[in-house]
Amino acid sequence: MTEHAPRSAIVIGAGHNGLACAAYLAKAGLSVTVLEASDRVGGAAVTREFTPGYRVSAGAHLLHALDEGVRRDLALERYGLRMAAEDLYTIALDPGGQWLSIADGALGGPGALDADRVSMAKHHRQMSRFARILDGIGDRRPPRLGTQNWRDLLALGRLGLDIRRLGTEDMREFLRIAGINIFDVLEERFESALLKAALAIDGTLGAMLGPRSNNSVFIALHRCNQGRDWALPSGGMGTVSVALDGAARAAGARIRTKTRVAAIRMDFDRACGVTLEDGETLDADVIVSNADPKTTFERLLGARHLEAGFANRIHHLRTRGCVAKLHLALDGPPRFTGLDADQRGQRLLIAPDPETVEHAFNHAKYGEHSERPVMEISVPSVFDDTLAPPGHHVLSANVQWAPYDLKGGWSEAAKQGFTERCLDSLEACAPGLREQVLANELLTPVDLENEFGMSGGHWHHVELALDSFFMLRPVPGAARYSTPVPGLYLCGAGSHPGGGVSGRPGRNAARAVLADRGRQ
Amino acid sequence: MRRHDAIVIGAGHNGIANAAFLAKAGLDVLLVEKNDYIGGAAVSRNLHGDWIYSNCSYVCSLLRPEIHRALDLAKYGLQVVPYGGSVTLAENGDYFGSYPDEDASRREIMRHSPRDADAAHRYERDIMRQCRFIRQFLLRTAPDPASFKPRDLLELLHIGRKLWDLGEDTIADTIRFYTMSIADWLDEYFESPLLKAAYAGSGIIGSALGVMSPGTAYVLLHHAMGDVDGTAGAWGFARGGMGAITAAMQRCFEAHGGKTLAGNGVARIEVRGGAVTGVTLENGDEHRAGIVVSNMTLPRTFLECMDPKDLRPEFLEKCRNFKIRGSSGKLNIALEGLPDFTALRGNQELMRADLHISDSIERLERAYDDWKDGTWSRDPYVDLLIPTLTDPTMAPPGKHFMSVFVQYVPPKVRGKDWTDADRDGFRDTVLDRIEAHAPGFKKMIAHVEVRTPRELEAEVGLTEGNIFQGELTMDQLLFNRPIPGYAQYRGPVKGLWMCGSSNHPGGGVMAAPGANAAREILMHLKKPNTVPEGWRDD
Repeated sequence: MTEHAPRSAIVIGAGHNGLACAAYLAKAGLSVTVLEASDRVGGAAVTREFTPGYRVSAGAHLLHALDEGVRRDLALERYGLRMAAEDLYTIALDPGGQWLSIADGALGGPGALDADRVSMAKHHRQMSRFARILDGIGDRRPPRLGTQNWRDLLALGRLGLDIRRLGTEDMREFLRIAGINIFDVLEERFESALLKAALAIDGTLGAMLGPRSNNSVFIALHRCNQGRDWALPSGGMGTVSVALDGAARAAGARIRTKTRVAAIRMDFDRACGVTLEDGETLDADVIVSNADPKTTFERLLGARHLEAGFANRIHHLRTRGCVAKLHLALDGPPRFTGLDADQRGQRLLIAPDPETVEHAFNHAKYGEHSERPVMEISVPSVFDDTLAPPGHHVLSANVQWAPYDLKGGWSEAAKQGFTERCLDSLEACAPGLREQVLANELLTPVDLENEFGMSGGHWHHVELALDSFFMLRPVPGAARYSTPVPGLYLCGAGSHPGGGVSGRPGRNAARAVLADRGRQ
Repeated sequence: MRRHDAIVIGAGHNGIANAAFLAKAGLDVLLVEKNDYIGGAAVSRNLHGDWIYSNCSYVCSLLRPEIHRALDLAKYGLQVVPYGGSVTLAENGDYFGSYPDEDASRREIMRHSPRDADAAHRYERDIMRQCRFIRQFLLRTAPDPASFKPRDLLELLHIGRKLWDLGEDTIADTIRFYTMSIADWLDEYFESPLLKAAYAGSGIIGSALGVMSPGTAYVLLHHAMGDVDGTAGAWGFARGGMGAITAAMQRCFEAHGGKTLAGNGVARIEVRGGAVTGVTLENGDEHRAGIVVSNMTLPRTFLECMDPKDLRPEFLEKCRNFKIRGSSGKLNIALEGLPDFTALRGNQELMRADLHISDSIERLERAYDDWKDGTWSRDPYVDLLIPTLTDPTMAPPGKHFMSVFVQYVPPKVRGKDWTDADRDGFRDTVLDRIEAHAPGFKKMIAHVEVRTPRELEAEVGLTEGNIFQGELTMDQLLFNRPIPGYAQYRGPVKGLWMCGSSNHPGGGVMAAPGANAAREILMHLKKPNTVPEGWRDD
């Protein structure tokens, strides 16, 4: 046990959360070292060339969650963060040109049904009100369960009060739908299959869930909570990381890339430093891990330092990634049926109806990839000419479902087969697209795991669901960023409030480290 | 036409229990039933020769012991005979059996996986912990979280404190238990696929969810929290079929002066000036009472038996959105002899157990995929029992009755109503599945009664054939059941009450909704309470 406040910290991993955490700790006066295994910072928030001349956000591709507080506190604009486009809206594509757009609850486009307009506006307002509750707790350090500590009880009481303040009608509806599936809710509210499918995608993207699986309303709320608007950083998502890196360095943090941590070292019962792959050892008062919880506890720390029940919970964390990332280099703008030049740059969805989304998910349950995948598409080069040669474009798509543990493994043949399925879906909505493709890249969850180091290639490090949220994320005992191991903290997407380029887990973790100072 | 204190619509187990508790408190109660026999879904029917079918519900476990005692059901002739264990038949000819004897069970698990034998201990302990937690709320009225009444606030606090007292690990497990899928939950304990399939089955019975759907772990609890004679988690047969339960309740009701009118359904619940005045039966007879209690499903009560003018449009909208999709069907089979299950030759003990067909999580889930697409499962989950091995009174000597519960069966076939041809197709699918495990079985069949959701709705009145009178998902549990704001058995019209399984704590032959509704009515009337409350299990 140290008798004094921590003076030095090591952050393992320079993902956006690791960088944000480092910046906050350095600003508070700690001596901070960030250790990153790869040769660049940013983790899954990164821009890279996937074929000569064409650059793309290799992980996350739309910015919608970045915390306003983080952005302001760290003055990210000063370190180069600029937007190429803001206030993007969603367009659900249709092969026949009957697309529809959803912007702030307003429907547009030839596919919008009049019957749905009023319901959609109402639905959007209600979901936003509900999402504000999740948004509010996203800033808080979760309470510990079952204690007699007044702070914990107060934190829960506050959550209860937030819900109560919705008013009787809203509160009842919130308590009714928050735990169920989005399919049933959409059936109650809307007519148009295309609209329902688009909203169903919001409830399933990044999760091992179909629209009919309970928890999908929660996922939709989680996305809505963060999604003030969709934006494209100028130069891709890497710009966010570069800005965070700049802010952290300016605050005095040292950032070492190409430095892989092999293990977290213990001094009796306390984390005291790390051992690097080349054998070098580094000491610090506090170790903050931006790696996912499984990697942190099982690989870097070792289960022998953990109590059996805790180790068991970590072992059973659900980390099956299920989204593949498709990148295409195109020799011209993709010609989506019915869309004009500006509309091509919006957030595009391919999902014709909720049943198709559910069927696409069915495969994932059995370790198969979808036969008719559904996808979320961004063509960032419409607004950002730094990404592709003049006149050319890059298309980036999140494709569901491509389970991590594909039966037979993600062989080259399997990847090619899935890419073809994706191109089929794209071709249907953008005839001639296949001919425009100069190069393609498919990142399966296995590739994402290898490139970004997250277990299972899962966006959120740990499946985001009601059973792993707030005081249960990633597991009780480690949900307050501190862990059962004194001196060891978590700051990645596996911690509350989860994934998305928000910087929140990183910022909250830094606050937790600082708040625990007097109590070590 | 005589005026009664209360009219109870529907002589199912909840309706009779409700009527009996009201009659015990001295009320003049009339019980009306559309069928010529009473019992609802807890009946013994004689449909072929000397065979008696428990043709709807088929086993007894959830019936609250407090109600059993308070209504003196033993005195009125109810005997519950425990039966032992369960068995899951594997396609490769093997099986996984679970015996009433703990050592035998452990040896059997060891045979499949020594590691799972230890896991089973933890599993049973954790499930039992959840059962003990939930049981204390079964005979209590759920609080309304949106209300500021002291009673609701205190009850909410009571639940909160009970949960908080469990301690960090168990609270976490409880929240996870309610929100996880049974497949994920079992993955944390077991490695043997057959064991997982065996345990997962009870997570889907009666529900429109697959084993991989989050929220199924709770359905499992619903099938584990019962008991027979104080043995928690045990199951039994009501001697003489499930009708014996409702018959005993009925005797209790009549002994307290209750009157029953069977053979005539309610055409309309009459409302005047915003208050209930009585009911009009299908034959035109009118019966008056200031209190009408409906044991019918929520949609049947409000969408079929009431004038829409008497209800607010928002309320009707919520009734239409109530999720009550059927997901199961049943075959009741009279057998000339005892079928010979290949895997169980020489194992008479397991023949008396609950037999399941479906040997992996994936097969169970694929069965659900068929339901989603609007058809009965081509490879269904089958839960079959031969009660006559335990209770020989249900068939002529040497002959047997087999109850076959099947999951999944959709309320409509690809969006269209069930036809007789569909029904026969469903029957053949199921019989073929059983024949595959018991060659020669089909030749022993003397008679088969097939019940798809169509038959369940037409005869028992279960809307869309949902056996729980409404799905058991988070949006329809506790204070959300059946509709947020109406979870305290009180209907939207003065004098109208609800006592069916559409209400907390839901379906199963539990009689808790009926009892809870009676307690609320008596409290409202300021009459002495005759209904037990809460749970004392030690």
